[in-house]
Amino acid sequence: MGYSDQLTEKDLIQMYRWMVLTRVFEDRICGLWGKGGVVELPHGSQGQEAIAVGACYGLRQQDHVMPSLRTRGAFLVKGISARVQMAGVYAKVTGPARGKATAHHMGDAERGVLLGSGIVGASITVAVGAALAFKLQRRDNVVVDFFGDGAAQRGDFHEGLNFAGVFKLPIIFVLENNGYSEYTPLSKHFAGSDFACRAQGYGFPGMRLDGNDIFAVYEAVQAAAARARAGEGPTLLECMTYRYRNHCEVQPPEAFRDPAEIEQWQAKDPIARMRAQLMQRGILTDALVSKITAEVEAEIDDAIQYAEESPFPAPEELYKDVYAPESPELVVGRRS
Amino acid sequence: MRELTYREAIREALREEIQRDDRVFIMGEDVAVAGGAFNVTQGLLAELGPERIFDTPLSESAIVGAAVGAALMGMRPVAEVMFADFTTIAMDAIVNHAAKMHYMYGGEVSAPLVVRLAYGGGMRFAAHHSQSVESWLANVPGLTIVMPATPADAKGLLKAAIRTPNPVIFLEHKLLYNTKGEVREGEYLVPIGQADIKRPGDGVTIVATGLMVDRALGAARSLAREGISAEVIDLRSIQPLDEETILGSVEKTGHLVIVHEAPVRGGFGGEVAAVVANKAFGYLDAPIQRVGAPWTPIPFSPTLEEAYLPKESDIVTAVRSVVGASAG
Repeated sequence: MGYSDQLTEKDLIQMYRWMVLTRVFEDRICGLWGKGGVVELPHGSQGQEAIAVGACYGLRQQDHVMPSLRTRGAFLVKGISARVQMAGVYAKVTGPARGKATAHHMGDAERGVLLGSGIVGASITVAVGAALAFKLQRRDNVVVDFFGDGAAQRGDFHEGLNFAGVFKLPIIFVLENNGYSEYTPLSKHFAGSDFACRAQGYGFPGMRLDGNDIFAVYEAVQAAAARARAGEGPTLLECMTYRYRNHCEVQPPEAFRDPAEIEQWQAKDPIARMRAQLMQRGILTDALVSKITAEVEAEIDDAIQYAEESPFPAPEELYKDVYAPESPELVVGRRS
Repeated sequence: MRELTYREAIREALREEIQRDDRVFIMGEDVAVAGGAFNVTQGLLAELGPERIFDTPLSESAIVGAAVGAALMGMRPVAEVMFADFTTIAMDAIVNHAAKMHYMYGGEVSAPLVVRLAYGGGMRFAAHHSQSVESWLANVPGLTIVMPATPADAKGLLKAAIRTPNPVIFLEHKLLYNTKGEVREGEYLVPIGQADIKRPGDGVTIVATGLMVDRALGAARSLAREGISAEVIDLRSIQPLDEETILGSVEKTGHLVIVHEAPVRGGFGGEVAAVVANKAFGYLDAPIQRVGAPWTPIPFSPTLEEAYLPKESDIVTAVRSVVGASAG
């Protein structure tokens, strides 16, 4: 556990805090869904926080992440505020693209977040292209590309991973295997034993790991990032996890699955697990845990208030940014 | 002035832009070592090196998807998808990603890539290697769609396409690669969005794209012998569409025939006709006619393919019918 050993107490508390912030953010929007206000249909990441936080913690600002459907924590760790995320959930002008994109697919070039995709799996090839640019530009940045087990069945998984393998691109494929592709369980959409072994077919290492163990995720991503920065190419990390909520809030958590299964996984909760570890090491105390929870609740309260009070975009916003500004020697004529 | 083929003009544009701008590179299947399926990029690997032009796996979705990602990170990729028919595989990357990046990032960044496509029939390549795909893409806000008809336009438009900060679909007609035309030496750009009146006239307006510009010019020459003066407008791009030039011409001639190689039904000609009907209805002396392919896939056998492709004689017949309609 070389990389984790170097984490300071401050780092550890910060990582814990990011997970709690992600959980509270998701719990609150799921609770508010259907009561007016929340416009973005929540696709909750509760239960999967260790992957987004463990993978993004310690990345450089210009390392880019490509979010999956369920990487709320990645946005937060990469520096997008809860306020902006929440304004996006509320579809307000203060949210992503001034109300033209959802919060869970948003892009932010300055903070190193690639725009995700509503076309599950399609973002893989775009993430690969960002890594191609880093290689051509001789920058030692990496791309962390998140996607789920459902996306891994898309043709773009194959095209993207093969392309990355051929050109030895600096990219880490983080497969969040939560056991479900929308409502379909893994056993019904996958006849193989694991996804990690697919990496062999693309000429780079793949490993399966406990995605509810933030240290396992952090360790694996840091090692893969070091490999990528050294020009040694991609890595596929299959992170085993579970989502407590259903695919989205249209269905209750227990729809199409056994409630006992949810309980089993809640016993392996990534946040409770890290909290117990840090308390055992004397890094977290009951008082500190309460303080962090209170701070996070206050931050989300503030974000909700900010989102509620922000205006919706004006109708004129519709027509902005269809095309980037062009000089007339390149393009002339009506654009909208 | 010197003459170049359409193929050479495109190659020259690629070479000049790569030499001018470190961000520009070419990728696609067999573009580097083999020089492209139509030899357009032949020799560029030796001149420019393997970081500026390289071969990829047979993965159209990844080629364009990766071009989008690279463009977001500051590169200026020129992605070749070989046959335009393969656009279907790359469609998601083009339509859902390239076209929408600037909008969904709220203007923060854009995806300045060029997708080069060899389109069109006439080479006995049958249903999967001959289609004219422009109208599949014409209904997608965010895209720019360019269809050069001459070597000079191909060069100037491609250079503009590479430089514009937005994604461009660049459609090259396979039967034009060997055609020669005057191309002036040195640096020049042709702004995208400006139609070109390739032949002035005052009796009928023929609006055409790509290879059909040449067919329309042939038709105009025969019509001249019948005393019909046809003005041939080469759209050069269908997005943006140069409405002003089309409307100006129709206001003068009162007659309109639109020609493209794609099927008439659902083709871009319908859009041109709608614009004219909406904005210049009072100037029209006869109903608008469209010339294009029939509602069938593209067949293989020469007799069938010839029956499929729009010909000069089809344009002549259409023009006679509109001019005759107003005379009668």
